[in-house]
Amino acid sequence: MSKKLIDFVAKHFADEVLDSHSRLGNDTVVLKRDRLPEIVERLRDDESTAMNMLRAITSVDYLNRIPRFEVVYVLYSISKKHMLTLRVVVEEEDCTAPSIHHLYGAAGWMEREVWDMYGVEFDGHPDLRRVLLYEEFEGHPLRKDYAKQASQPRLDLLVRERDSVEEFNVFYKSKPSEGSRDS
Amino acid sequence: MAEDIYQPLDQDIHTEPMILQMGPSHPATHGTVRFTLTLDGEKVIKCDTEVGYLHRGFEKECENSTWTQVFPYTDRLNYVSPLLNNFGYALAVERLLEIEVPERCNWIRTIMGEISRLSDHLTCVGAGGLELGAMTAFLYALEGRELVWDLIEEVTGARLTVSYGRIGGVKDDLTEDFADRWAYTRGRLQEIHANTHKLLTRNRIFLDRMQGTGVLTPEMGISYGYTGPVLRSTGVDYDVRKDHPYFMYGEVDFDVPVGDTGDNYDRYLVRMEEITQSIRIIDQCLERMEPGPVNSDDPRVVLPEKEKVYNSIEGMINHFKIIFEGIQVPPGEVYSYTEAGNGELGFYIVSNGTGKPWKIHVRSPSLIMMGGLHHLIEGGLLADIIPTFDTINMIGGECDK
Repeated sequence: MSKKLIDFVAKHFADEVLDSHSRLGNDTVVLKRDRLPEIVERLRDDESTAMNMLRAITSVDYLNRIPRFEVVYVLYSISKKHMLTLRVVVEEEDCTAPSIHHLYGAAGWMEREVWDMYGVEFDGHPDLRRVLLYEEFEGHPLRKDYAKQASQPRLDLLVRERDSVEEFNVFYKSKPSEGSRDS
Repeated sequence: MAEDIYQPLDQDIHTEPMILQMGPSHPATHGTVRFTLTLDGEKVIKCDTEVGYLHRGFEKECENSTWTQVFPYTDRLNYVSPLLNNFGYALAVERLLEIEVPERCNWIRTIMGEISRLSDHLTCVGAGGLELGAMTAFLYALEGRELVWDLIEEVTGARLTVSYGRIGGVKDDLTEDFADRWAYTRGRLQEIHANTHKLLTRNRIFLDRMQGTGVLTPEMGISYGYTGPVLRSTGVDYDVRKDHPYFMYGEVDFDVPVGDTGDNYDRYLVRMEEITQSIRIIDQCLERMEPGPVNSDDPRVVLPEKEKVYNSIEGMINHFKIIFEGIQVPPGEVYSYTEAGNGELGFYIVSNGTGKPWKIHVRSPSLIMMGGLHHLIEGGLLADIIPTFDTINMIGGECDK
């Protein structure tokens, strides 16, 4: 696989590149995080790269390493048929990354998923909610320090729901099942 | 005063948008998913999609299993075509290990993968008919799926959760009479395919419900990461099997059908045509495959034969180490992708050099398609959600991981 894409990023954004390699058919560039949207936009709009599809965003938690997290972006070009993986390093204390939701429609949900699972916040995301888990969930389960068997605190029912449960119980006790053979 | 009882005709009737919860388990949605709809009359103004009701922590479970133990979990991603997930995952790990599998194994993976794709598309087409009231088409399609599952059962020993893939090969060779049984199934499938065409393709009700509803434009499809039959229905001929051939797809001859308007009807037609193409691929594979081993001979990844395990200390130790410590995958990361029933199924895996994966991320086509679904629904009628949701073919297990 040619290293054309790595060279492209290295040429235009030399200061941002921390590392790059081409292995197992995957071209990878490790970047500093702050100018990421700009780099992605350039890759998307430049005619020689034309990375018009975002395949995936995910994150990796290297527990004992500093910086701890890496956010991974897999870009692809449908017309040129080439792929580039961007990896952005994120520190544990400042667990944020810039959002690219305005560049790709798909990024919105993918970023929500990363926030849900790893707790990496995306600056500028308009609607950063959990996507697979429920709102009241505590913690971020794919972090390595979240135990596999960890349990969640039991939720109190909302007042409205609790009322309807009590109402049901009162109704049920006062009026045993009509089909029951005892009565 | 008789005229007072008549309301003036030009009076502006006050209406306001209504919020309607559709789901979490609406009978016409395949998976458990909730739409919070804002309606103006019957028209959908806004749609908020909520998924995750079937979340089982796939990725967390994988991180706590050995590389081989992940296979049963991948069965439960897209449970209509589990073989495609098995092989997609096996391919990803093999890329990280940098091992090649024997040629016959690749032929078998191609055949079994396409058989799974048949089951996926038949289910989607049949259920689509059912939801629009065509019960007969559904029964035909399910008969086809039963026949396909019978074949899968014969080869793998299970119907749904097959766990047939292995790192470095497959569980077993095809059975001896596989070609004969395929010949029977093939004939029947073609009849079913023709019948489904007769029942649905020119059916007035079906056309009215499907044509021009749930329209996706190519630009939006690409931007929202849509892949598979849904993207191809818009006219973009992106198919991983053709663009980046893996297994034996580079050797066989097949076409990639594309649509042009990107509506529900085009998605239906693309899937119908892909059924024909899958049958074509399987025919060519069975004709060209040669006898040979089905598992790699690399002792690092493949279990030794039982005879060696019971009669020699080396075999015993090898078996023990693979089972208990897991296959030792060299450190590194890879993004590997294959064409599954609904689109591109990608695995981003990271290894730290031990017997357990450090991280497995699944790029599940369904979840990504759900992210852009509101664009297909908004502006349409409430009733159009049913065919749109069917042709998107969201599979709960894959979407919610």
